Amino acid sequence: MSAHRILRHRDIPNIASLETYRANGGFEGFRKAVAGMQPGDVLNEVKLSGLRGRGGAGFPAGVKWSFLPNNLWPHYVVANADESEPGTFKDREILESNPFQFLEGLMIASYAVQAHDSYVYLRGEFWQIAKLLDGKIAELEQAGLLGEKLFGTEYSLRLHTHLGAGAYICGEETALLESIEGFRGQPRLRPPFPAVYGLFGKPTVINNVETLANVPGIIANGSAWFREQGTEKSPGVKVFSLSGCVNKPGNYELPLGTTFRELIFNYGGGLPEGRNIKAIMPAGASSSLITADDRALDTPMDYESVAAIGSTLGSASVIVLDDSVNIAWMVNKTVEFFKHESCGKCTPCREGTYWMSHITERIVKGEAGKEDIDLLNSVARNMQGKCLCALGEFSTMAVVTGIEQFRADFEKLQRS
Amino acid sequence: MNQLLQKYPQEIQAVLARYPADRKRSAVMPLLHLAQQEPGYITKQAMLEIAEILEMPVTDIDSIVGFYTLFHEQAEGRYHVQVCTDLPCALRGADEFLRQLCENIGVKVGETTPDGMVTIEEVKCLAGCHRAPMFQVQGDGDISYHENQTVESAAALIQDLRNRKEAA
Repeated sequence: MSAHRILRHRDIPNIASLETYRANGGFEGFRKAVAGMQPGDVLNEVKLSGLRGRGGAGFPAGVKWSFLPNNLWPHYVVANADESEPGTFKDREILESNPFQFLEGLMIASYAVQAHDSYVYLRGEFWQIAKLLDGKIAELEQAGLLGEKLFGTEYSLRLHTHLGAGAYICGEETALLESIEGFRGQPRLRPPFPAVYGLFGKPTVINNVETLANVPGIIANGSAWFREQGTEKSPGVKVFSLSGCVNKPGNYELPLGTTFRELIFNYGGGLPEGRNIKAIMPAGASSSLITADDRALDTPMDYESVAAIGSTLGSASVIVLDDSVNIAWMVNKTVEFFKHESCGKCTPCREGTYWMSHITERIVKGEAGKEDIDLLNSVARNMQGKCLCALGEFSTMAVVTGIEQFRADFEKLQRS
Repeated sequence: MNQLLQKYPQEIQAVLARYPADRKRSAVMPLLHLAQQEPGYITKQAMLEIAEILEMPVTDIDSIVGFYTLFHEQAEGRYHVQVCTDLPCALRGADEFLRQLCENIGVKVGETTPDGMVTIEEVKCLAGCHRAPMFQVQGDGDISYHENQTVESAAALIQDLRNRKEAA
């Protein structure tokens, strides 16, 4: 396997130190951008790379950056480090073990849109990571890589961390902005979109940690280098978080387009002895369920191919379910999560997750009848398309696809 | 007299400097984290003081404290041991781990040990799915992760936390 591009600490153990990071080409991309490139050229290189958002939506990063209007100032860049999706633990590893590559990506993004103050929004549980980043930012200021008149130019940049306090919803970008502004983390009605009306009412780019960690390589080595890996429409490598019923759960950096089978059986060591794979959740608790037949297992994990089999790649948090898992139990677990994390702002999500949790609890306790399965399905379907943000929509995915593909699991638990 | 301002003058200035001058309210979460460090929860007095520093209504602060799960509204254990039982952790035995741990410690989920040192809680995803069973410990102005746990290792750690009484 070739050297890691994102999880570089696995090849270069001490890369979290500034000296080691710089000795391995660190901040060459940032220097090249600020000292030798126009902001528009940086933006264009990222556009050419085809880098897509690694937080879940898969939207092209360069295109997102280009939406910021040039007649409204200041601009802001916010890094989304609110990683909270059950099954996702990739950003945490990047932040803990390769923090400068992430920070450099944020700095290059800031230069590309000419932001002078950028923020890192971390989930509250990443308390120690926030302290670590504060220390790294201070080191960069001392080294003259952050601050005024960088590399002898007129460009100045400051970075700030902002610690959340335990709310999944703050990973939704407009809720995240509300949280930085000192409000409860509840999503905003859109439009206007953050590109025009974002942080403090100003044009704002919000990117996931892993997305930003891809940027230094693109600027230092060019977009063609980035495209050497992955597929035409989903270029580059991706950090796949593998969890659930596998022998070797963990993060695996692989080219987009690697098949589920390769990830689960070659890298993840397969399933425990005597167990068979039953289903896959490729995007954490928010996934539409995939029945793990041969066709599914041989599907390449890129945005288009996973969509083609009725699910989404999302943040590539692959949860494996084996034949000992009852799907109704799994659905109850995901619904419980979303009920707890619903922000309460819109009625379909607040009430829908509450009722879905009541019904699934009845089902797993063996107190439900056949009519309850239909009721659950009906509640979920009635929420779809009606919630203010994606969280509400996500809460219905496992429910609807679980009943569709594994109805017998629900019926098995029916009261007699 | 604003005790918070007296106690943490430099920290508060540093926090305020991160945000635009006319957006002071952005500092509310950092200041709540600061206020919670010592008592382990947000006192009514602290809310009033933050309201004064940031020139915002105290009811807004109360609503923020209520919204975010890491802010506590009342005194509980000095340490919150928070076990994740979400789907990926549950697939690695987190539910059974929590049940046995509670049995071992002799408290139920949500309860505090009789010495007031440790509250056991069930929480949502902590981004440690591959190393379940796992939990975090919140207390003394810090949050630490503990992964790949067994009931024995967790019980020993909790005993260690309870022994820290003298250091308080």
